[in-house]
Amino acid sequence: MKSVVAENLVKTYRNGAVRALDDLSLDVEEGTVLSVLGPNGAGKTTLVRVLSTLLEPDSGHATVGGIDVIKNPKGVRQIIGLSGQYAAVDETLTGWDNLVMFGQLYHLSGEQAKQRATELLAQFSLTDAARRPIKTFSGGMRRRLDLAASLIIRPKVLFLDEPTTGLDPRGRMEMWGVIEGLVREGVTLLLTTQYLEEADQLADDIVVVDRGKVIARGTSDHLKDQVGGERIEIVVAEANIDVAKEIIERVTQGHATVDSGLRKISVPVLDGTQSLVAVIRSFDEAGIHALDLALKRPSLDDVFLSLTGHIAEEEVPAEPGKKKKGARS
Amino acid sequence: MNGIHDALIITKRQLLQLTRVPEVLIFTTIQPVMFVLLFRYVFGGLGVGIKGGYVQLLMPGIFVQTVAFTLAATAQGLAQDMEKGLIDRFRSLPIARSAVVFGRTLGDGLPNVVVLLVMGLTGFIVGWRPTSGALHIFLGFLMLLFFGYSLSWAGIFAGLISKDARVVANVSFLFIFPLTFLSNAFASTTSMPKALQYFAEWNPVSTMVAAARQLFGFHNTFGVTAHSLPSEHPIQTSLVYMVLIMAIFIPLSVRRYKSANSR
Ligand SMILES: Nc1ncnc2c1ncn2[C@@H]1O[C@H](COP(=O)(O)OP(=O)(O)OP(=O)(O)O)[C@@H](O)[C@H]1O
Ligand SMILES: [Mg+2]
Repeated sequence: MKSVVAENLVKTYRNGAVRALDDLSLDVEEGTVLSVLGPNGAGKTTLVRVLSTLLEPDSGHATVGGIDVIKNPKGVRQIIGLSGQYAAVDETLTGWDNLVMFGQLYHLSGEQAKQRATELLAQFSLTDAARRPIKTFSGGMRRRLDLAASLIIRPKVLFLDEPTTGLDPRGRMEMWGVIEGLVREGVTLLLTTQYLEEADQLADDIVVVDRGKVIARGTSDHLKDQVGGERIEIVVAEANIDVAKEIIERVTQGHATVDSGLRKISVPVLDGTQSLVAVIRSFDEAGIHALDLALKRPSLDDVFLSLTGHIAEEEVPAEPGKKKKGARS
Repeated sequence: MNGIHDALIITKRQLLQLTRVPEVLIFTTIQPVMFVLLFRYVFGGLGVGIKGGYVQLLMPGIFVQTVAFTLAATAQGLAQDMEKGLIDRFRSLPIARSAVVFGRTLGDGLPNVVVLLVMGLTGFIVGWRPTSGALHIFLGFLMLLFFGYSLSWAGIFAGLISKDARVVANVSFLFIFPLTFLSNAFASTTSMPKALQYFAEWNPVSTMVAAARQLFGFHNTFGVTAHSLPSEHPIQTSLVYMVLIMAIFIPLSVRRYKSANSR
C-alpha cells in the first residue's frame, strides 16, 4: 500500500515567476524510506509543507495514509510527525517542558504526556539536558529534541526536512543512528536532503528533484550507475599527459577525458580500487610519476550534471536584498 | 471542549515562560511603576484645582497606557513564534485553528493582573485614593484588563502579518504612543488644536481613561469639550470599542492563522 501519494503538485510563488513545485508526482510505499534529494531551492521544503498540510498547492492532489491533505487536513495531522528544516521548539522552555506541552496538545493526559516525554528524552539521549532551556542546547541536541517532539503520538508517516543540515559529522552520525532506529520500528519516512551520501545511507528509494520537478527515481545504486559509478582522477606533468591517457585507457578499458588546464585525466571505472592499483603499476613500468591521484565516488553534483546537464545551481533569481524568508505567500 | 483545552495549554506555556525567565515580568512591572513616579512628581503641578490632586486623574491614564502596551507584547511574541517556526509546528498538530491565538491573547492578558496590582499599590503610596467603593474599583480593573485583552487581538493580527518580531514591536509603538498621548490620559485635551480635540475625544484610549476615572470615583475633568457621546457615556462607548476591536480582529486573525506560513 502507498502511504504517501503526490500527484501533479504545482505551487508557484511571485505570480508564477517561481515554480517551487512544477507538476511533481511521487509516492512512498508503506514502511519504506523515500529520500527526496535536491539542491537549494529545488522545492523540497515546499513539498514537505504541502504534504504536512501547512501549505495548499495551487493544483494537484496528495494523500497521506490514504487521507486527502487538502480535504481533510486535520485527519492527516492526526497521523503524521513533522520535523522541519529548522528546529521548531520553544527556546525559553526546557526540553522537558516542550515535550510535555506538545504531548498535551496531542491530547495526552498530563500523566501520559510526562511519561512519553521521559521515554523520548531517554530514546534521544537527552535525559541529562532535559531540565535545561533549549537556548543552551547544541544544534544537534535541538534537532533531536525537535524530532522527539514529532514522534509523540508514534506517527504512521514521518516527514523530515533536511534533518542533518548544519550538523557536524558527529551530530550527523548520531542523527542517522536515531533515524535508522525509527525505520526499524516500521515508520514510513519521507526525508529530504542535499547529500547523496545521506540518501544512500537511509533510504530505500531516492527521488531526485530539481526546480520543482522529479528528474530521476531509483535506488542509490541505480542512480550512481546512471552517473557512471566511480571515477579515477589522475594529475600528471604536462609532458606526460598523452602517454598517461593512453595507459589509462588501455588499463581501464574506459574513455578518459582530459582537463588540460588542470592536467587532470579522469576515467569512469567499475572496480575502483583494483583499477587504481593497475594504473599505478603501469605508470611505474612506463616511468610516469602521478602528481595526484584519487578515486572519486559520484557526488550529488555528478548526479546532477549527468541528469540535467547543468550543475546544481543556487536558486533562481531572488530580488536583491530580499531574503526568501521575508517573502509572502 | 478540546479547543478550550488546547488554548489553555498554550496559555500555560506562556505562564511557564514567565517562571523560566522571571525578569520579563519584573521589568514589565517596573516600567509602569517608573511612569507612575515620574508623572506623579514631574507633572504634579497640572492638577491645580483638582480634588485630591493630579495623581487621581493620572493613575487611570497610566493604567490604560500600560494595558495598551499588551498589543505590542502580543504582536512581538507571535511574530517571534512565526520566525522560530513554532507556528508551523502548532499548525501541523491536530488542534483547533483558533487555539493558538486564543491561548496567546489570554497568556498575554493574565500577567496584566500582576502589573495592575503593583501599579495600584504604588499609586496608593503616592496618594491615589479611589473613592467609589470595592465593587466599582473591581469593575474598573476588570475593564482595564478587558481593554488590554481586546487590543491584544490587534497585536495577534499584526504579528501574523509582519513575521519580524523587532519590526512589529516598533511599529506597534508607533500606533500606541500617539494614541495614548493624543488623549486625555495625562493632560487636558482642551489645550490641543480643535481637530486634535475631536480625535482625542473619540480616541478609545480617552474613553477608556474616562471610564476608569469614573469607575474609580473621579469626575473626568480632562477634556470634556463638548457634550459628545464619548464624554457623556465613557463606559458604554469603551465597551462598544472593545467589542468592535474583537469583532474585527478575531475573525481576521483566525483566518490569517489558518494559512500563516512562516516564510
Ligand atoms: N514564501 C515564498 N515566497 C517566494 N518564493 C518562495 C517562497 N517559499 C519558497 N520559495 C521559492 O520556491 C523555491 C523552492 O523553495 P524550497 O524552500 O521548497 O526549496 P528547498 O529545496 O527546500 O531548498 P533548501 O535546500 O534551500 O531548503 C525556491 O526558489 C524559493 O525561493
Ligand atoms: Mg528547504
